[in-house]
Amino acid sequence: MNTSARAKNRNFRWGLLFFLAPVCLWLFLLIVLPHIDLLIMSFRAENDMGDMVWSLSNYRNFFEEPVYWLTYVRTAIYSVLVTFLTFCITLPLAFYITKVVCPRYQGFLTILLLMPFWVSELVRVYGWMILLRESGVVNHFLLKIGLLNQPIEMLYRDTTMVLGLVYTSMLFMVVPLISVLESLDDSLIEAAHDLGANTWSILFKIIIPHATPGIVSGSIVVFMLTLGNYLTPNLMGGKNSLWFTEQIYNQFIASFNWNQGSAFGFLLLIISSLIVWLGLTLSRQKLGKVVQ
Amino acid sequence: MKIDLSVQHVTKTYADFTAVDDVSFQVETGRFFSILGPSGCGKTTLLRMIAGLSEPDSGKIEIRARDMAGIPPNRRPVNLIFQNLALFPMMDVAENIAFGLHRRGEGKAVIHKKVSAILERVDLAGFETKKIEQLSGGQKQRVAIARCLVLEPAVLLLDEPLGALDLKLREQMKVELKKLQAKVGTTFVYITHDQSEALVMSDHVAVMNQGVFQQMDTPQNLYNHPRTPFVARFVGDNNAWAGRVNSSDGKTVSIETNDGFTFQVLSDQSFQPGEPVDLFLRPEAMLIQPDEAIADLNRFEVVVKSLLFDGANSRLLVNPLKTGTELLIALPQNRQYDYVRRDDKIEVGWAKTSGLCFPKIET
Ligand SMILES: Nc1ncnc2c1ncn2[C@@H]1O[C@H](COP(=O)(O)OP(=O)(O)O)[C@@H](O)[C@H]1O
Ligand SMILES: [Mg+2]
Repeated sequence: MNTSARAKNRNFRWGLLFFLAPVCLWLFLLIVLPHIDLLIMSFRAENDMGDMVWSLSNYRNFFEEPVYWLTYVRTAIYSVLVTFLTFCITLPLAFYITKVVCPRYQGFLTILLLMPFWVSELVRVYGWMILLRESGVVNHFLLKIGLLNQPIEMLYRDTTMVLGLVYTSMLFMVVPLISVLESLDDSLIEAAHDLGANTWSILFKIIIPHATPGIVSGSIVVFMLTLGNYLTPNLMGGKNSLWFTEQIYNQFIASFNWNQGSAFGFLLLIISSLIVWLGLTLSRQKLGKVVQ
Repeated sequence: MKIDLSVQHVTKTYADFTAVDDVSFQVETGRFFSILGPSGCGKTTLLRMIAGLSEPDSGKIEIRARDMAGIPPNRRPVNLIFQNLALFPMMDVAENIAFGLHRRGEGKAVIHKKVSAILERVDLAGFETKKIEQLSGGQKQRVAIARCLVLEPAVLLLDEPLGALDLKLREQMKVELKKLQAKVGTTFVYITHDQSEALVMSDHVAVMNQGVFQQMDTPQNLYNHPRTPFVARFVGDNNAWAGRVNSSDGKTVSIETNDGFTFQVLSDQSFQPGEPVDLFLRPEAMLIQPDEAIADLNRFEVVVKSLLFDGANSRLLVNPLKTGTELLIALPQNRQYDYVRRDDKIEVGWAKTSGLCFPKIET
């Protein structure tokens, strides 16, 4: 009996290995291996003779050149801001869809919300550009009704870029929020109201504590996608609003300096891990639980 | 006596469906008032209007003589215990109870003192830091009650709070709740579909059906003098026996049942001869093999179909001789009737005063 149990155990272990093997292989080949290569590359640079040697100069360049680390800090701060704004906009939206609207229209409204995401990000960003550029729809309209005397350039500003980033991120926040709010029992809100709570205390004492796992998981996704976004900051922010991914792109593609680009890539990885860790600690959530 | 809660001609309609239809009642300070009715009769709807979670379409609700129209639930001096209790799972027991006190902006020390005092009162002393999911059904119950009582509301509203408990615990909580109410002296408005809960605990009971109050009375009167056929059927067990009126003189009614028995019933209502009626007989109103010497009994013979043993609540299921009508008769477990067997033919008798007769309603 003992041997058969052991045999079964061994079978189970082989089965597990069989199913996990492709996943592990995939993780190793596509994630671990390239990153190890990038890490090695980031610590190598040409010396005066033009030979490749171990060096910290790629990282030193980052700290010595203000435009690099300023863009870096800017990107991080704006990503946090975009995440926060996305949350502020989608929470009422998700609440409205799950709790206020008659259940018959819930599915319809959710689909309406997801609609824009059926077209690619590139098309969506061009949509915004058509609206906002100097000869665009908004300017045309404002000129017509006499609010403006001459068209103004609304693109290529930080505000526009943040707007575009929030718009792009909304989906990833609203879906976890809807699912977490759906699991909130209406009677908890009513009980809080009955016990003397006003709208704000209901929001901060009942809704947000209940929704925390959804908020954190949505925020992590939005934050990481925003931090690593290239298209929207590049098109809507233009030359005035630099994003760190553009620096990485420039190093890899324009300067063909892969070593410098790798160092930047690692710095981006470090800040994103750091901020996600900070967020999890502050909200007292476990990554494993949030991801579920 | 001071009136804590006064509900006047309150009506609530959902689409084309009237959930609460012109309901009026008053509850005096310190009373235990119950609303008893089958599921879906509009009890929760009525309670939610008192709590302010929905507004009546018409009518007026006054609490301690103050009109409540337009006052949101967080500013009404009533608290509601929800059907599912609605304890906050993200907080521990003490935070749950302190929730309302915090909203009022009371000081930390005061809150702490009040929370321990109320926990003591509901026999949960020392449970402050327990999580909600660690509590048993009965303990959750008491936390929900404590969470409301700590706010010292004018009226405590309870929406079938014992519904989720198992039978044994429910019996126990019934008594505890009654004792607690007597101890704290708060006015309770309690809704339930369980007639025994209503009868055991209440000073007054209103029986509700399809949005309408059928009768409002003391538990004893509801049981002994139901005023409508619905109340007769719903409160306690009753046998209904269809028949027609032979004659009626404003005091005694002579009824011939559809299967041919003739009975005399005392009733101060008068009926037209030939009018279809329902005769209601409680199981315990019928005596098995009554003494020949007792005069003025309606007597008839029945065949025992089965013995339904249920301890003190045992019954006989019988057919009156040569008919298919089924009647339930109380079978006292005092060994006097141990001889009764299935298919026996026995005589049954009941006093004129213990039958009730109502005009037949089509259902
Ligand atoms: N929000 C609502 N919309 C439409 N009908 C409702 C709503 N709430 C309750 N009802 C209906 O009103 C009736 C009474 O409900 P309720 O007050 O919950 O009954 P009870 O508590 O006595 O079981 C039910 O038939 C129910 O279907
Ligand atoms: Mg109900």
